[in-house]
Amino acid sequence: MRKNPARLLAWVGLLAALAITLFPFWWMLRTALTGNASLFNGSYSLLPEHPTPINFERVLGLASPEEARAAGGTAASMDFWLYLRNSVLFASAVVAGQVTFSAMAAYAFARLHFRGRDVLFYLFLSTMMIPPIFTILPNFVLIKSLGGVNTFWGLVAPYFFMTPFAVFFLRQFFLSVPGEIEEAAGLDGASRWRIFWQVVVPMNKGPLLTLAIITAVQTWNEFLWPLLIAKQEDVRVLTAAMAIFRQQTPNATPDWAGLMAGATLAVLPVLLLLVLFGRRLVDSIRFTGIK
Amino acid sequence: MAATTLERPLGRRTARRAGPSWQRGHGRIALLFLAPALIGFAAFYLVPTARGLWFSFTDYNLLSDPKVVGLGNYGEVLGDRVFWNALKVTGVYVVFNVATQTVLALGLAVLMERLTRSVMIRAMVLLPWLVPNVTIALLWMWLLDANVGFVNHVMEQIGLSKQGFLFSPDQSILTIASINTWRHVGYTALLLFAGMQLIPKHLYEAGRIDGAGEGRMFRQITLPLLRPVLALVLVVSLIGSFQIFDTVAVTTEGGPVNASRVIYYYIYEKAFTQFEFGYASAMSVFLIVFLVALTLLQMRLLRASTSDLA
Repeated sequence: MRKNPARLLAWVGLLAALAITLFPFWWMLRTALTGNASLFNGSYSLLPEHPTPINFERVLGLASPEEARAAGGTAASMDFWLYLRNSVLFASAVVAGQVTFSAMAAYAFARLHFRGRDVLFYLFLSTMMIPPIFTILPNFVLIKSLGGVNTFWGLVAPYFFMTPFAVFFLRQFFLSVPGEIEEAAGLDGASRWRIFWQVVVPMNKGPLLTLAIITAVQTWNEFLWPLLIAKQEDVRVLTAAMAIFRQQTPNATPDWAGLMAGATLAVLPVLLLLVLFGRRLVDSIRFTGIK
Repeated sequence: MAATTLERPLGRRTARRAGPSWQRGHGRIALLFLAPALIGFAAFYLVPTARGLWFSFTDYNLLSDPKVVGLGNYGEVLGDRVFWNALKVTGVYVVFNVATQTVLALGLAVLMERLTRSVMIRAMVLLPWLVPNVTIALLWMWLLDANVGFVNHVMEQIGLSKQGFLFSPDQSILTIASINTWRHVGYTALLLFAGMQLIPKHLYEAGRIDGAGEGRMFRQITLPLLRPVLALVLVVSLIGSFQIFDTVAVTTEGGPVNASRVIYYYIYEKAFTQFEFGYASAMSVFLIVFLVALTLLQMRLLRASTSDLA
């Protein structure tokens, strides 16, 4: 071990980094609990001076229009429950479809023999290099021509069937599992379909869960596609709603207290995920390179 | 999406051996396994790529039928000052963001590696990366508010003047880059931290016996042996950084004037506010060229740096 002063200094550095990482979230919560009016009275105390739940009530549509206007927001009702629900539905549908179908495809690439397999796999991989903005234009035209704008299926469709990354990710794991168990099941007369569901999937629970978490986080954070497709209230997701909320504020100054209350609500599911899957999430980071 | 993994790339273990008869020739069952993915791949990756290329040679505007204009869009892009400015702004963003992010992440990774195995700490460090870009952008917009933002309050307390940050022409793009550096440092640090686990511990013990200090061990053991991971992380960051959009869209919308109009946002504006799909597609093709060049660079770097631990 090195001398103690150096170690102490290192700890100070690490704690400072943690403070810089976490403080903005504290300030977000502090602002959310402060009335809009007292945001501008020059107080920067670390605790809210007169804590109030009014901002949460406003963004959840629990306050009356008069109360909302008095607290510095618009009279238009904000319905974060709806956006929260839409975001959860969006993420769940994408995770369910993408993980299932990508796993099936990954199994075919890892274990089955058919003509053109490697060519097809490299074709899948090569599309990883194409930036999303390039395909978003034609995808928007496609969904629009199919009448999918402002529908839930239009929102979900491009993510539902696969992503090249998901297929690539799972194939790596399927390849690293010894084939003997599958072979034994095959000799017993089990079909490939049954082997996949009853042997391969249970054996790869870990990687499948990891992929599901990564996909859920990514979908939760998705912004541009929902902004383009899900414009109406009934399908609007949280990220798009927050951006629109900011643009809608009546005065020159945005409704910061309301915005921070909304932001706090958007962070809660992420915290839940961290509490439930902290170790897996932290360990799975090395498999990603996704921004 | 630029995606890759820290695991070794494919091709090493492709099952080539001829197995028992039940293993050979799975054409029909393979189709069953592949059908949904193939539908998705064709509909949302393959055909759109071809269609996007086709758009770039037309004047498609979403309303009337596309008319072929040959290389017209490409010529116009090359003569478009805003496009070149957007490239410059993106370049400044990428260099500043990737440089600060990588250096800070390296420092943080070393601190974690030397001090603690705590999952708690790693989870906290990862938090900003897990929160939506949009939320982060709004949060920092508030913290950096010109009048009542917390950061300007601190600036005043320590005797500096208030700054415009996002809404100052000189500062906006660097401010956006800093916000995203803050968001990605923890994530990048965890990638590097994972890479550090691959360095054999006995090297450090040997170093210590030889009387090497932490600084020397970092320079002579950690840094050289981390190079492959560092190269990969660097290029992944570069490619991701190039595609900056959300933060700009939520905070400055490209302004003041063009000070933060990055390439991704400019493409988006052309396509979805002016409906010039042909023009926007041609610009995206340029973007692809840059990204492919970066990817090729990545592969070269990786090949050039695999031997250190072997």
